[in-house]
Amino acid sequence: MNPISRFIKKLSILFGQERFSSELDEEMAFHREQVEKSFIADGMTPEAAHYAARRQFGNATKLREQSQKVLSFRAETVAQDLRFGLRQWTKNPGFALTAIVILALGVGVSTAIFGFVDAALLQPLPYRDPDRLMSVNESDITSSRWPLSYLDYLDWQRLNKSFSSLDVYSGAGFLLRTPSGAEPVQAERVSGGFFQTLGVQPVLGRDFNPGENRPVGANVAILSYGAWVHRFGGRREVVGQSVDLDHESYTIIGVLPRTFTFAPSGNTEFWIPLNTFSTHEKMRTFYNFWGIGRLRDGVAVPAAVAEMGAIAKQLQLQYGITGRNRGASVVPLNEVITGDVRPILLTLLGGAVLLLLIACVNVASLVLVRSESRRREIAVRGALGATPARLVRQFVTEGLLLGAFGSLTGVLVAAALMKLLTGLVPKDMAAKMPFLGGVALNARTGAVAAAIAIMAALLLAAAPTLRLSFQSVHDGLAEGDRGAASLFWQKLGSSMVTVELAVAVVLLAGAGLLGQSLYRLLHVPLGFDPEHIATVQVMAPATTYKNDEQKTGVRQEILRRISSLPGVESADLTSMLPVQCDCNIDSIQIQGRPSPGDHNDVNERHISTGYLSTLRASLVRGRFFTEGDDASRPGVAVINQALARKFFPDKDPIGQRITDDEGGRPSVWEIVGVVDDVREGPLDTSMMPTEYFPINQTGDQFFSLAVRTHLDPESLLPLLASTLHQIDTNLGVSDEATMNAKIGGTQAALLHRSSAWLVGGFAAVALVLGVVGLYGVIAYSVSQRTREIGVRMALGAQRSSVYALVLRQAGWLTGTGLAIGLTCSVGVSLLIRSLLFGVHAWDAATLGGVAALLGVASMVASFLPARRAASVNPTHALRAE
Amino acid sequence: MVKSMAKKPDLFPGTLDMLILKTLTRSPLHGYGIALSIKRLSDDVLTVEEGSLYPALQRLLLQGWVKAEWKMTETNRRARFYTLTAAGRKQLGIEMSQFEQMIAAIGRVMSDAQEA
Repeated sequence: MNPISRFIKKLSILFGQERFSSELDEEMAFHREQVEKSFIADGMTPEAAHYAARRQFGNATKLREQSQKVLSFRAETVAQDLRFGLRQWTKNPGFALTAIVILALGVGVSTAIFGFVDAALLQPLPYRDPDRLMSVNESDITSSRWPLSYLDYLDWQRLNKSFSSLDVYSGAGFLLRTPSGAEPVQAERVSGGFFQTLGVQPVLGRDFNPGENRPVGANVAILSYGAWVHRFGGRREVVGQSVDLDHESYTIIGVLPRTFTFAPSGNTEFWIPLNTFSTHEKMRTFYNFWGIGRLRDGVAVPAAVAEMGAIAKQLQLQYGITGRNRGASVVPLNEVITGDVRPILLTLLGGAVLLLLIACVNVASLVLVRSESRRREIAVRGALGATPARLVRQFVTEGLLLGAFGSLTGVLVAAALMKLLTGLVPKDMAAKMPFLGGVALNARTGAVAAAIAIMAALLLAAAPTLRLSFQSVHDGLAEGDRGAASLFWQKLGSSMVTVELAVAVVLLAGAGLLGQSLYRLLHVPLGFDPEHIATVQVMAPATTYKNDEQKTGVRQEILRRISSLPGVESADLTSMLPVQCDCNIDSIQIQGRPSPGDHNDVNERHISTGYLSTLRASLVRGRFFTEGDDASRPGVAVINQALARKFFPDKDPIGQRITDDEGGRPSVWEIVGVVDDVREGPLDTSMMPTEYFPINQTGDQFFSLAVRTHLDPESLLPLLASTLHQIDTNLGVSDEATMNAKIGGTQAALLHRSSAWLVGGFAAVALVLGVVGLYGVIAYSVSQRTREIGVRMALGAQRSSVYALVLRQAGWLTGTGLAIGLTCSVGVSLLIRSLLFGVHAWDAATLGGVAALLGVASMVASFLPARRAASVNPTHALRAE
Repeated sequence: MVKSMAKKPDLFPGTLDMLILKTLTRSPLHGYGIALSIKRLSDDVLTVEEGSLYPALQRLLLQGWVKAEWKMTETNRRARFYTLTAAGRKQLGIEMSQFEQMIAAIGRVMSDAQEA
């Protein structure tokens, strides 16, 4: 009978315990009766026969157990092994604790990071057939993804055959009237089929009606679940009630499900149909609407790209739109949503796996060292009659026990880490990453943790078992033996340490490169002084401030009141704070010149008179704005050097005229000054041409206040908000923050910072583990070679040569680890190059620094055992044997 | 165990399985029948302890050399009868030839010792 069917038979008996026992009982009872009968036949009294039979049979329970033992698994000996294993730990708590901590760290970190990867990249978006949902937008040579204009959207919707539905959304800010004053809220204006395209239905109330989507349709709003709960107490009667947004009444018609998120909209609370349009929005070249579409069945992405591209081309020709070489971008929606975090998450996952590897190797080598020091124990047990199988089982049990404890602790670590890391993400960013809500211990992360745990436990069980089978009882008992067995361990230990060191090098190099990227990123020239600036966003409601005079009035009142606050040096306004985004794009032409071609997009900023001075930006030519540059005068503009370089490479830009076609304000702007580049866009992008217009000529009512103070800007923030509300309780005030916090909170800074810190943390742990591993191997080798070293010294070897002997071995291991690690890290760095900024994957300084760091750490680690070796007393060493 | 060893010669280790298999070649027997049969055939020299018989039977079952089924005895009592399987018959052949080799070897050693 083969082992497998025997195993199955055993299992069937194990599960049929009851039946097995009763059958055996009956069988033995029968046997006893027969014996009894034969005694009676021999002339005994029935009573005497009964006792004699019982006596002969012995202890029935014991007999049954003996029979069962043949068949069943020995549960009681497993318990014995467990007890013994635990006793071993208490005898040597340092070992157990170290092993469990290391294992918990490896399991915990990798499970936690997997939790993020799973939530962000593996889980489908919470929509119907999410893989058919596409982000559908315009594109041109300079930008691969570009919002649509509303007219283009209508044509795209009408002409395309690839999408069963096509919808657009556009963010909007509103002032919500609440009992405690006006409060700015985030809303999203969406075309009527938006939620149908996503495949989402309100949990309460209804979706938009077709009529509500037409121009001048009714004012209705759908609430996000969060808004429903927080603003309306989760009351069901809320449907049908109205809310006041920007002094207009909107009827609430529905509430979205709790699980609904739409990452591009962040924490949007109100969803309203797209039925009123500003003057700009009615123009074909005002690009303000992001598209989503549901691909028809059987239509592939490339086919859709081709069709939409052709439509875009045709519209460009038809309407004679110059300047932009237009095409279409069709990208799966989930790529758009997780695109930014994908590389960092994959990098972190890689790092975590490496850390797990190093942790397992480390614990395995710890276990091996222990098994080595337990050779005599094993030999004695073997000599006393323990079968090899029994001995192996002892070690397997101990390995599994260790793995189980370590992994269990690891799961706790993972849960804590996931909570900690999600908490570290700033609120604004977290709103754009709805998947963070799904980061938790769940069935999938649990399964991964379990898989890791099982692998780790098997590894730990296998390591000493493999080791044991190589030695016979006799070898183990012979204390003096330092033969093949320890050589085998040394080789294995050495190669494990080499692996550890190589992995540590890879992680260190990665951390070094990411750290350098972060440093370079945070030291990108900003073109202004971000210290001591407090900022706040202000929204002046259109219902109160209707005409230009009123708008100008409130802006001037704000500046006057804020400037006179104690500690304020100057206060100014801008339509968009620096280092936030390359957005609010304008397509410009230079008067008197043919169209400059495809690349005529520039950042457009509307600023108050002293804004550039408040930032401490430097004027290169001409002048900044004056109070005289108001709505009654022709348009003026200040441009940055990037714009001057690009559009006026060999000409003085002062006096030249920029034209754009946005309507409702000057469309010709005379350049009066050139400012040294102020970084308007994200830290990690190249400097974009930027034009500045006087806010008095553009008439904005949504702007940011930048206040330079000689006090701590943080302390000024509450005062700014209260002063603004004193001016008018209906002013929307939000996002109070210092300039430095604004910069530090940008996505670029945050992504780079988090990846640098996390990979740096992994690398630090890896370095410690690797160096400790090296120490272990060298120390073990020294302890094994004590006699050899004693002999050498007795024969006249100098201390220095003993040092050299030990350090040479360590140097060789470190060198091999470094060589392998450095080679691998160049490859790995190429994989993470999308996260690198201003530094090459093969950056020599980083790699050299890593090599130096590891080299020094390794030498320190091996110096201790070397000193022990050098201080060996030859007579003691020889006598000890 | 120790007591019985003092009274009667112990079985050669490993021979119990062979004896059981051999007794089953004639007809299926229950546990008591096997013990009785071995005792009678050996003229009361070999006594099979119940403590070894039942574990041995479980071992043989597990190896697939015997199979067991519940039947009625002549006295209408339910008992578990063991039957030799084909694999068991083969195993018996192997064990018998090993046993004979061993006996022959022991015999040679002993006769040599007498001569010396």
